[in-house]
Amino acid sequence: MNFPVIKGAAYNLFHAPEMLIHQGTTQTSEMRTNPGSDHLKKLASALRGFDDVVQYPANQVYIGNMTPAELEATPTPWYANPIPAASRVGRFGGIYSEDELIGLMKVVDIFDLVMLEDTFQKSVAHKLLSNEKFSNIKNIAKIDNPGISKEDIDALLGKQAEALRFQGQIVGCVKRAHEFDPALTAHVMFENLVSKASSVATVMELLANLSMDPHDVEYIIECSEEACGDMNQRGGGNIAKSIGEACGLLNATGSDTRSFCAAPAHASVEAAALVQAGVYRNVLVVAGGSTAKLGMNSKSHLEKNVPVLEDVLGTFAFIISENDGVHPIIRTDVVGRHTIGSGSSPQAVMTAIVTDPLDRAGISLKDIDKFSPEMQNPEITKPAGAGDVPEANFKMIAALGVKRGDFDRSEIAEVVKQKGLPGFAPTQGHIPSGVPFLGFACDMLMAGEINRVMIIGKGSLFLGRLTNLFDGVSYLIEKNPGIVKQETIVDKDEIRKMVAEAMRNFAISLGSE
Amino acid sequence: MDLENQARIKDLADEFGNEELIVVLGGGEAEASALAAETVTSGDPTYAGPLAGVPLGLKAYHIFELKDEVDAEVYDEQISMMEMVLDMDTIIEAVSALR
Repeated sequence: MNFPVIKGAAYNLFHAPEMLIHQGTTQTSEMRTNPGSDHLKKLASALRGFDDVVQYPANQVYIGNMTPAELEATPTPWYANPIPAASRVGRFGGIYSEDELIGLMKVVDIFDLVMLEDTFQKSVAHKLLSNEKFSNIKNIAKIDNPGISKEDIDALLGKQAEALRFQGQIVGCVKRAHEFDPALTAHVMFENLVSKASSVATVMELLANLSMDPHDVEYIIECSEEACGDMNQRGGGNIAKSIGEACGLLNATGSDTRSFCAAPAHASVEAAALVQAGVYRNVLVVAGGSTAKLGMNSKSHLEKNVPVLEDVLGTFAFIISENDGVHPIIRTDVVGRHTIGSGSSPQAVMTAIVTDPLDRAGISLKDIDKFSPEMQNPEITKPAGAGDVPEANFKMIAALGVKRGDFDRSEIAEVVKQKGLPGFAPTQGHIPSGVPFLGFACDMLMAGEINRVMIIGKGSLFLGRLTNLFDGVSYLIEKNPGIVKQETIVDKDEIRKMVAEAMRNFAISLGSE
Repeated sequence: MDLENQARIKDLADEFGNEELIVVLGGGEAEASALAAETVTSGDPTYAGPLAGVPLGLKAYHIFELKDEVDAEVYDEQISMMEMVLDMDTIIEAVSALR
């Protein structure tokens, strides 16, 4: 069987400290319930600068300049051990500043909702236009047009627009897209435009890295956690197509897939199935950043004198294509799924998504070289009382192995070390969910360092208050064994000829009797 | 503790009182489990939810402490794996200290 392949992946980060203060829900909730709180007073002075964000080891891993193994060898806390020579340009992507993100929001906005102050627009225009990777974004040149005055921005802010800020100053705004539609408020449009803009930048990064013709992409699956629509179809979509339009993917259509943090794993499986079935040759999977989650655990961080580390938006994009005999394959026959009947205890979840698919394929836990579950950076989650999430997952996999007899109980720590990875992704919900390792996995599988990786996505569906069910999906990636020659398939005409010939011979034999 | 859960526990305590009602925790970490136990005992220490300043006086137990009360087969199916994953002793110590 010819399995589909992962052609490559791109990862970008966007430093967004102003959005952390003004759009992060921990802060907006605090402003609503306790506007004079100490947290809000302390926050602004506790935020990191752009250089700190670039030099932060976990961020360097996310964009591909350091490997997870190098991160593991870095002394902790990582925030106290910056990489002074770090570059904002990485092998898988880059780290962008907040003004660049705001400029990109203006570029991808086709309803004239993003208005920027003239001086700011000019300064950011220079940055965006000098980035070769962005040169083919549709309408990139419009950033070179004049912006508007501060007075005009003030007037728009008086009409329920949401302010765009850079380095403490208001530099523009996002207007509401409807007079009273709650699904098209300035705030909703702000979130969706950030998601779209950050996705577009990452898709352009991916196409450039792969030297891929944008016209070769035939389908796009967007798998963020945002909802795009109006009051009659809140969440109607289609963010995927809006991204593809801005990236010049003229031969593609697409759709949005949602399942909280598990969506990227669902999207991967869907993309792999579409390619393997021959429906589309190249499928793009993409997700942008979430402003709501910026500074989500900032209260705990400030209380424990940890820098406010949730100051970046994360994004990813990857391409799943027909088997080329080179890139790692997705074993579509080894897909784990948490079913409605699986149960929601950690044990039931891990059995359903990790060991059940392996058992069905006759593969042992021992045969998997690396597991990539929820790759949240532990420096973010530990001070907030959520522990080291990836490590907990590796321990669960090892413990499950002990219960099944794959490993001895004394081996748990060693299994965790060998088959695990340090968490390095920002806590942006869907972003850390398994796929941040795809870039490294492709490198390591192609270099022959490892043979099998399991990607695991999990989602907390109870947050939507429609079900208490949990969700989880996993899939296996393997080193490409080469293209399997397809057996010749007999077509219908040939079958008809064969049947006709058989009947003719039968008739002749009857006539001769 | 999740604000929604605080509201649900408060409603149950209002309806049934605190004599015949216990809270069973499944937290994966000592500090977070202790915070949840404190919330249902003496009130939400973060002053964010419905239990802020509301000392329900409920007793909280971690599920690890109730192993003998649970059907062995169910416990093996649902919890036993986590005994190997989590720091049981620290969690039990943190939660039981609040009773």
